[in-house]
Amino acid sequence: MSDQFLTTFLFLSVVALTIGITFWASRQTKTATDFYSGGRSFSGFQNGLAIGGDYMSAASFLGISGAIAVYGYDGFLYSIGFLVAWLVALLLVAEMLRNAGRYTMADQLAFRMNQRKVRTAASVSTVVVSIFYLLAQMVGAGTLVALLLGVESEAIKNITIIGVGILMIFYVVVGGMKGTTYVQIVKAVLLMLGSALIVVLVLAEFNFNLSSLLGAAAENSGKGDAFLQPGLQYGSTLTSQIDFLSLGLALVLGTAGLPHILIRFYTVPTARDARKSVLWAIGLIGAFYLMTLILGFGAAALLDRDVVDPAAGGNQNLASPLLAEAVGGGEGSTGGAILLALIAAVAFATILAVVAGLTLASSSSVAHDLYKGVLKKDQVVSEKDEVRVARIAAFGIGAVAIVLSIPAQRLNIAFLVALAFAVAASANLPAIIYNMFWRRFNTRGATWSIYGGLISAVGLVLLSPVMSGLPTSMFPDSDFAIFPLNNPGIVSIPLGFLLGYIGTITSKEPSAEDRFTELEVRALTGAGAEGATHH
Amino acid sequence: MTSEATDQAARHDPVYDRLHESSEFIELRKRYRGFVIPATVAFLAWYLLYVAMSNWAGDFMAIKLAGNINVALVFGLLQFVTTFGLAYAYSRFSNAKLDPLARNLEQSYRDQAGTDSKRGQA
Repeated sequence: MSDQFLTTFLFLSVVALTIGITFWASRQTKTATDFYSGGRSFSGFQNGLAIGGDYMSAASFLGISGAIAVYGYDGFLYSIGFLVAWLVALLLVAEMLRNAGRYTMADQLAFRMNQRKVRTAASVSTVVVSIFYLLAQMVGAGTLVALLLGVESEAIKNITIIGVGILMIFYVVVGGMKGTTYVQIVKAVLLMLGSALIVVLVLAEFNFNLSSLLGAAAENSGKGDAFLQPGLQYGSTLTSQIDFLSLGLALVLGTAGLPHILIRFYTVPTARDARKSVLWAIGLIGAFYLMTLILGFGAAALLDRDVVDPAAGGNQNLASPLLAEAVGGGEGSTGGAILLALIAAVAFATILAVVAGLTLASSSSVAHDLYKGVLKKDQVVSEKDEVRVARIAAFGIGAVAIVLSIPAQRLNIAFLVALAFAVAASANLPAIIYNMFWRRFNTRGATWSIYGGLISAVGLVLLSPVMSGLPTSMFPDSDFAIFPLNNPGIVSIPLGFLLGYIGTITSKEPSAEDRFTELEVRALTGAGAEGATHH
Repeated sequence: MTSEATDQAARHDPVYDRLHESSEFIELRKRYRGFVIPATVAFLAWYLLYVAMSNWAGDFMAIKLAGNINVALVFGLLQFVTTFGLAYAYSRFSNAKLDPLARNLEQSYRDQAGTDSKRGQA
């Protein structure tokens, strides 16, 4: 029982720490700019850490290492796609978005288009992407806590989901962007240190010889050399290969369309700081994914196959925490118990920081885009009023996420995140890229690409084997899977770009040429961009 | 500063037209696009090559190079190396070639905007 006491103590410490940070930050949150973007006063380094904290989710920490532990090399694609994706954000999006917008993704579209239409579209897609992503994190939290308490109980999972939901509402309502950012910074540091500790302990078991670690993983997996080669998870049928390509596309193009990542670029004073923050984030995230490789192969080498392999009744999402226990001295040892509790608490902090970022992004968009930009378009809305609506929206989003998470528990975490990436890449990225680079792009193009990408990505998933037709589907007893791929990216991303093009050229709307001129100058030089606030 | 942003699209500051036509801005845009467009094409092609090889060149990816370290692992790690390398190269490039131009243009915006509009913030 003392192990559970330790675990509970560390979990509660993480929660207490984040609550303390949030209260502290709330005293510095006065204006709308403070609430939405932390006064734009974070440094590039701080924001880089926070981006890492926002991005390295439970799907990365638990999901990727678990996927590598079970399927070997194929799990590595997630790491590579998630990292390379940052080049899109660095080269094409971060700086220009920082200069062109204020608080949300929709700002830079509304700069030169019909406010009401593009804000509605962007807000709908922000909320949908964020909810998919939230579900993944909350399902992960439920699984983690239930297994750590050693009870496979639906009630515990549901209570955890509700608890996480309440906490994320609290972070956003009380702490705004400032509180959320500090929670993410603390989490990023904890996650890097915790992972590094386990990585060193794993490597020490193999005398710091990567080759012998890989050899042990291949042998223990029972798959031999195939475990170290591509193809184990995705197989070799043409459909599964196209699915793999589809996943690869969604991963690399999704990041720069994730609303909770995009709004982080507004938290720094200038575009140069936005660039610096992405550079820090790339270094941090890259180092982290290299560590997940060691964690995954370490788990494959050191853990019993049946505790992580779902085919044998195990849980792949627990590969990292169980690996920590193993390198700490094994089950029943004090060292093992301490490391298990520590890594589980770090994973929990990871989830809390990510859900806070997602809740903030979606409630900001509801208040700033839907409420202020659409509903009250012709009226003056005070900052106080806008922030009040954002806080109410955080309650609403939190409640929806809780209600949806409970039945979503059958779904795989990494899959849910990959789906959020596919929707972001299909609905948001085309509009962002066109808007910055294409003079003629207009309202119809933007709304067609957003709604088209969104509807096709979500619709194809509903018609895919994820939902029905297979024993592993959400509805195994029915079969309406007419689309063969698990990930819709390969169809829905090109469709998003195509619809943006067709919508634009068929529209008779006179394009706001002078506004594009202004956007272009502003995006590239920062002339007239929103500055930092000073207290 | 807050309420006016609701209807940004209705307003236009002529100072942007002047900056847009300046040779300095044209040069800045040319340099920016000259870097990011080829770089984006290159890294996406390199990444998709990796995905395609994982799918369709299993035998090549399985070749062992040293101990249990095979081509697939090295190829994957090279994606990390190129990502870090390109990020670093872009940082160097923008510090040296883009930022000075952007700073000058922003300064002239501040100088001129003072007369046309109040939006340039201190």
